[in-house]
Amino acid sequence: MPRIAGVDIPRHKRVEIALTYIYGIGRHTSNLILAKAGISPDTKADALTDEQVKKIRDVINEDYKVEGPLRTEVQMNIKRLIDIGCYRGTRHKKGLPVRGQNTRNNAHTRRGKKRASPSKKKA
Amino acid sequence: MARSLKKGPYIDRKLMERVEVLNKSGQKRVVKTWARRSMIPPEFVGHTLAVHNGKKFVPVFITENMVGHKLGEFSPTRIFRAHGGKKSEKATKVK
Repeated sequence: MPRIAGVDIPRHKRVEIALTYIYGIGRHTSNLILAKAGISPDTKADALTDEQVKKIRDVINEDYKVEGPLRTEVQMNIKRLIDIGCYRGTRHKKGLPVRGQNTRNNAHTRRGKKRASPSKKKA
Repeated sequence: MARSLKKGPYIDRKLMERVEVLNKSGQKRVVKTWARRSMIPPEFVGHTLAVHNGKKFVPVFITENMVGHKLGEFSPTRIFRAHGGKKSEKATKVK
């Protein structure tokens, strides 16, 4: 069971996909990493040799910010926006969409689950 | 869509001139401005600008972190006064 970048243990999948289970790595970066490590994206994660795993690890350590450090970076960016008191910061603080989307309806990704509206009684 | 890099950042010329004068004389005075669309260049850091929000001038103290943002981002144009509070809740209950 290969273990790359901390706690990620994807298995039974092609490495190309398995790597995307790491926070900060998508299909694109996954392919770049494999190309640099000289590993076919079609190999199963289980079938990786220790050497190959080490190579992947090295490439990630060298060129990419993933998991914890990346998460803190994102959080710091948001915190900066909140601290300087700009419009985007206040939107983050209020938990509303930041990029000018409508909020008349929907926007529930940011606002959270729908709350039950009080049932209207007939007059 | 983002502004073309070729043009460089948009900075209100008049405002820039006024701040430049303040910088040269070493003064710090509140400058009133309507130029919400103006980017904040490093020269503005440490000044207080009064940015119009359509109704009044909101004082904005420029810090280093704000460089690269637009002035309007710091002077909100809308105030949100909560949706139906206790009053409306009570009103519906009485019915």
